[in-house]
Amino acid sequence: MPSDLLLTAPIAIPLGALALTTALWRMPALQRHVSLAASMAFLAAAIALLRATLDGTILATNFGSWPAPFGISFVADRLSAAMVLITAIMAVATAVYQLDGSENTDRPLYQPLYHGLLAGVTGAFMTGDIFNMYVWFEIMLISSFGMLILGGTKEQLDAGVKYVTLNLVMTTIFLVGVAFLYGATGTLNMADLAGKVQNIDNPGLVTSLSVLFLLAFGSKAAIFPLFFWLPASYHTAATPVLAIFAALLTKVGVYAMVRTFGLIFPVTEMMSYIVGLLAILTMITGVLGAASHFDIRKILSFHIISQIGYMLVGIALATPLALAGSVLYIIHHIIVKANLFLIGGVVRKMTGSYHLKSIGGVHRTAPFLAILFCIPALSLAGLPPLSGFWAKFLVIKPSLDLERWYLAGTALLVGLLTLYSMLKIWNEAFWKAAPTPSNHDRTEATNVGKVGVAHYVAIISLAVMTLAIGLNPEPFVTFSIGAAEQLTDRTAYIHAVLGDSDALR
Amino acid sequence: MEPLYVLAIAVMAGVAAYLLMSRNVLRMVLGLLLLGNSANLTIFVAGRMKSSLPPLVSAGETTIAVSANPLPQALILTAIVISFSLTAFTVVMLQRSHARLHIIDTDDMRFAEPESAEINLQSSPREAKQ
Repeated sequence: MPSDLLLTAPIAIPLGALALTTALWRMPALQRHVSLAASMAFLAAAIALLRATLDGTILATNFGSWPAPFGISFVADRLSAAMVLITAIMAVATAVYQLDGSENTDRPLYQPLYHGLLAGVTGAFMTGDIFNMYVWFEIMLISSFGMLILGGTKEQLDAGVKYVTLNLVMTTIFLVGVAFLYGATGTLNMADLAGKVQNIDNPGLVTSLSVLFLLAFGSKAAIFPLFFWLPASYHTAATPVLAIFAALLTKVGVYAMVRTFGLIFPVTEMMSYIVGLLAILTMITGVLGAASHFDIRKILSFHIISQIGYMLVGIALATPLALAGSVLYIIHHIIVKANLFLIGGVVRKMTGSYHLKSIGGVHRTAPFLAILFCIPALSLAGLPPLSGFWAKFLVIKPSLDLERWYLAGTALLVGLLTLYSMLKIWNEAFWKAAPTPSNHDRTEATNVGKVGVAHYVAIISLAVMTLAIGLNPEPFVTFSIGAAEQLTDRTAYIHAVLGDSDALR
Repeated sequence: MEPLYVLAIAVMAGVAAYLLMSRNVLRMVLGLLLLGNSANLTIFVAGRMKSSLPPLVSAGETTIAVSANPLPQALILTAIVISFSLTAFTVVMLQRSHARLHIIDTDDMRFAEPESAEINLQSSPREAKQ
């Protein structure tokens, strides 16, 4: 297949699905099936893209055939292709889970927004133009705004106000950063920027610019101290929305950081220490926040934050092995976290509540679900032989190699505390006997719904992926190292985008 | 000219920051609008303001020596459209939340994160509120 098609299909399919599901807004059941079919097609396109980049080729195309630094480029190296594939896997899993149309997913606008979100995320992963990345961020954001408050409950509107305001401020900061970068270099193409930023003979300016981008992407990735929008809003969303948000939104921020710090602003020694410190604080605040909560969704939301810290460790160290750790961590974490939220949704459907104190005994009523919970939960904590162990190993080993023992130590300690949180969910929701019914159970009974086969299909397939990475890590580790090598060697990326037209510079 | 624009950007961003720190949601929207516009002006200044000639290539030639920079205008146009739609969404959302919650002070918005909720043994906060 020509590379133009390979690069545009993963964007065109969600955008087409957006239009199609909008046209079908009167037929929610058909909408959901179209949505699933479109997600499958998206998955096929993503697999084709990954196959094309697997041998290390970097694909690039320019929209409208404007040559590279002037037009908008789309680029796919191993990292981008892997991120697109994992997005597509999540798209299919969530589309399967929401097939029954419960929890407001049968609203006419839900499916169009869902595909809008996928298009925005995919675009952000593949674009080679920093202003274009801002545009994809906004597409992703406005879809997520709509999905978050779709139910229109008081909690959702309250959460929406905070989520929308904080995110808009932070994307505006991103836009200002883009403006300054353009003012300093006169280009917006990321490959072109890689060369031109080096030519700025004002180190203070370069540092300020990189900090501006750290601020913008850091808040999107929910790092300390910019994470407040996440625990304030995520837990109000419907289960499939929550799963796709948890899987993708913060990871777009992490990806943007990996990309900009890999390509445009190589990590300096000072930056490395700053990002390392932020990683430690992010890990610790996230895990302590999780320990203090008794609502499954809030516990898991705080764990998103703590896990982002691990990905930051790789960015801080910036060695090939450390970046490989970040890449593998992103892949592992997306699968595991989405699965945990989906399982949480099923637990709520069975018991009527997310609150650990008012539920229990799921171990007896649904022993199979209990086993399924253990796989992502223990993987999140990093127990061998699950995927989290290998991801953590790849993050911790380079920190010890570089004698940044405090990073490794925090990572290990936070892994232990993660296990504590997972045990808390296990003990309260699954193991202990169901609490005696009291008055409020009457209201909770309205939350109880039928758990369909589709839910289990989604959960089992994600659990199988976790097991597959865990039991056979070798290809995934090799791939991550390959992706990290491409990240540390910028010339291949620059050459793929700009070609031999170095005369332009 | 440029220092004047920079001053204008600084004032707008400052006012936007002041408005955003207000607890009144309506002021927050105004702050977001102003912040977006100051970002747009930043792009404009970043593109340099040397000439006001339109960037049109005259017949028979392939390049132009002196003209206004057309790129910031394209970027700003994109940013304006985006910020318009986001602001429209935000205003509608705030209208809905006011209709549901009857609150405009963000400090009183405690539905998603109730203050005394955390270890409430009898009922989960979410269900209790409904």
